[in-house]
Amino acid sequence: MWEIETSTVNARNDTGAPIVELVGITKSFPGVLANDDVDLTLRRGEVHCLLGENGAGKSTLIGILSGLTRPDAGTIRIEGVETAISSPRRALELGIGTVHQHSTLIPALSVLENLMLGDGRGVRLDRAAARRRLAELAAQLGVEIDPDTRAADLSLGHQQQVEIVKALWRGSRVLILDEPTSMLTPQGVAELAKVLARLKAQGQAVIFITHKLHEALSLGDEISILRQGRLVGTIVREALRSKSQEELRAEIVRIMFGEEAREVADLAELQEELDNVEGTARVVAAGADTVLELRGVSSPAEGSELGVEDVSLGLREGEILGVAGVDGNGQRALAEVIAGQRRVSAGDIVLYGGAVTRMNVAARQKLGLRYVTDDRLGEGIVGSLPVGLNLFLKRVGERPYWRNGRIQRAVVEGRAAELVREFDVRTPFVTTRAATLSGGNIQKVLLARELSFHPKVVVFHKPTYGLDVRTTATVRDLIRKLADDGGAALVISTDLDELLEICDRIAVLSRGRLVGVVPNGPGAAEHVGELMVGGRAGLEAA
Amino acid sequence: MSTETVTGETQLAQRRPRPARTVRAGRVLDGLIRSVVPVVLALGAGAILLLALGRHPLAFYGDIWTNGVENSAWQDSAIRMAPFLLIAAGLTVIFRANIWNLGYNGQFLLGAALVSGYGPGLVNDIPLWAAMVVLFLLAGAVGALWTLIPAVLKARYGTNEIITTLMMSFIGIDLASILIKGPFHDSTTPLPQTAVLTKMLPNIPGTRIHVGLLVAFAAVLVVHYVLTRTSWGLRLQIMGANPRAARHFGIDLPRLIVVAFLVSGFMVGLAAAADILGLQGYIRTGWNPAYGDTIIPFVFLARLNALAVVPFIAFFSVVSTGGDIAAADANLSTNFLLVLVGLILIFMTVIEYLGRRRELGASYLTPGLRQALRAPLVRRRST
Repeated sequence: MWEIETSTVNARNDTGAPIVELVGITKSFPGVLANDDVDLTLRRGEVHCLLGENGAGKSTLIGILSGLTRPDAGTIRIEGVETAISSPRRALELGIGTVHQHSTLIPALSVLENLMLGDGRGVRLDRAAARRRLAELAAQLGVEIDPDTRAADLSLGHQQQVEIVKALWRGSRVLILDEPTSMLTPQGVAELAKVLARLKAQGQAVIFITHKLHEALSLGDEISILRQGRLVGTIVREALRSKSQEELRAEIVRIMFGEEAREVADLAELQEELDNVEGTARVVAAGADTVLELRGVSSPAEGSELGVEDVSLGLREGEILGVAGVDGNGQRALAEVIAGQRRVSAGDIVLYGGAVTRMNVAARQKLGLRYVTDDRLGEGIVGSLPVGLNLFLKRVGERPYWRNGRIQRAVVEGRAAELVREFDVRTPFVTTRAATLSGGNIQKVLLARELSFHPKVVVFHKPTYGLDVRTTATVRDLIRKLADDGGAALVISTDLDELLEICDRIAVLSRGRLVGVVPNGPGAAEHVGELMVGGRAGLEAA
Repeated sequence: MSTETVTGETQLAQRRPRPARTVRAGRVLDGLIRSVVPVVLALGAGAILLLALGRHPLAFYGDIWTNGVENSAWQDSAIRMAPFLLIAAGLTVIFRANIWNLGYNGQFLLGAALVSGYGPGLVNDIPLWAAMVVLFLLAGAVGALWTLIPAVLKARYGTNEIITTLMMSFIGIDLASILIKGPFHDSTTPLPQTAVLTKMLPNIPGTRIHVGLLVAFAAVLVVHYVLTRTSWGLRLQIMGANPRAARHFGIDLPRLIVVAFLVSGFMVGLAAAADILGLQGYIRTGWNPAYGDTIIPFVFLARLNALAVVPFIAFFSVVSTGGDIAAADANLSTNFLLVLVGLILIFMTVIEYLGRRRELGASYLTPGLRQALRAPLVRRRST
């Protein structure tokens, strides 16, 4: 366990008193110790950042605080009094409000109606009082919220503001924000920072959950780092003020990857590289051929996710083209029409000059058009089948792995073993069931499947989402290698930093339409952010 | 969240991988526990019931053994196995695909009606072997045809096949009745039944067991081979485990659904042919053995493995052959045997639940089926 400074002694001087103290919180789920003896103190007027990789136990801890989960051991003290948070309702009564990562607003209801849902007291709805309360809270936060807009018509930034108002509605003292920036544009993040400052000034305690280091450093008054369920370090207010960004960065990385002192230097570099927003622009030959072209492609919406409408774009040889946009704006539809998983209602998809619009997944796969899905567990693998077989699930029935319909186990397992080595998939055996692998290794299985057998044009959908730093670096290297070797990559991601780092150009998808393409370089981030917002406003006006 | 979410380098629980062979042996052992324990528990609970009814359980079970296995009674049990095995094979195929074909009774009776209607004439008109082949295929075809409407509805519109197959089953059962009273009625008798076959399936030399049992074993072997070794079987397994993944891999789901249904119905039809041509010889209205209903638990006990189903079917055949007599001897209703089957189902459910908590090997169900059944039961967990 690494500790830079212990947080217990020197904290009370200039900050507020502790509101919530978690002591020795332990929670296990079958097979996983999600929280192991975690201590955490929240103080009035402080933003406490909870930093950690996916699966580090952040969400479990938040679940315990918000009453969704009960700990196996440990105590929670609220203003010094030992308290059990037995249900979400109880958490609200205690003044703990939560803003979840994904919107919990009911789209068909107005902002005001959404806010009044939580009231539940009395039979009659008191609209006038609710209006007053909303105006009061909006003024406190320094935001403008129209009470009568339907929730569905709000931008994501505004939805989040409404969620914050909702969390504060009944007078909360502690506000939990679960990865609040993951869905926001750069402008939205700046807005959120202002709101946070106001909340602090009013003496709210805020827990801010993130896996982005630079956000934690710029927004937090105190940073706690979780790893594999344990609190592995805390950086207190004084340290955050006195040390330089580089020192802090290096220290946090060391805490997060404590056990391998040997590789720390490497990892610090990695993390820095990953955080480096101004990416190195790659050079794509000016006269490079267009390898994949979408001509006015449309595909209807499925369920709650938007489809795509009249999307045209060209991907050139050796190019990495990013597709930015807020989640749910047609990314899945775009990826699936290119992969052949979804029918187009209009338009053409052209690969190397030949139309592939009518071809099925297997035919496109054979032509080198590949798709690394974002839904790794849901559709990327069949968990009950062996790792080795999972590598060949897009070529079922093909020679030499199947002959006359009969599987050639030796051939499959032999080739699978090679791929497992090549892509460094950490699995005990190729016959191990795929579901037992870690998230990073499952992604490597997908990459091995899609990037083997002469890939040419590959669609990557959120390729590094939820992966640890090292695997993220590996994945990005693979994408670059593909482009350098004369292939082409379409990288769909909601992480703008990622696109800025690896892409040559960035297209922006908004409400299922392509609203612009920005060459990567200085100022690209702002431009993309404007397009993400502007495209929405433009459509609403129309 | 389970182990896959553990990031970083060191796994949370440092598990040293066991050698593949041990893992495999472990899985087989787990499977055996899952399969055999419910049967043992059901027999135990049945014993308690028998005691409560004032019968001696050991005497009753001993009577089943005597009348189901000893002397040449095993041959009667074996005769019963033929239709059971064929239905089990058909259900295994469709359940593997995560689809419920619950219309087996209608498919079975329609096949049986057609075989009984055309059989008596056909066996005298053409060579016996040819007549038998034609009748088997006819019954299979009718069984398959009867799944076509639910299959197409499911494939094209995602219509819930549990409802459509059940509805088609009711229609099939009554249609069989109409056929028996109408065109297939034996005019020499006022009873609502078909003419009795004059020539039946030949016996396996040296036994009283008809060759339908061989057909059934062949079908089981073919199904097992197809499911475990071929690309079609793998596609079916992928669809059953994770339909979204199947779509991602470019599997033609609608077509696969229809074919799986047809194969399943075909097998059920063959079961009808084997039963009529080998054992019953004719059919009358109101006769509905509902073999499928008693077979389903054993298909799941065998964890949708076509070979593993054989010992269970053998066990059940012995219980039902010997049990009929034992129940009569003990002055019990033969429905007591259904109570035993019901108990097996209950204990399967218990083991399924415990198994999940204790990591007791794989489930009886495909992942998709399990998800569908458990979703409303399992409390949502936030991690």
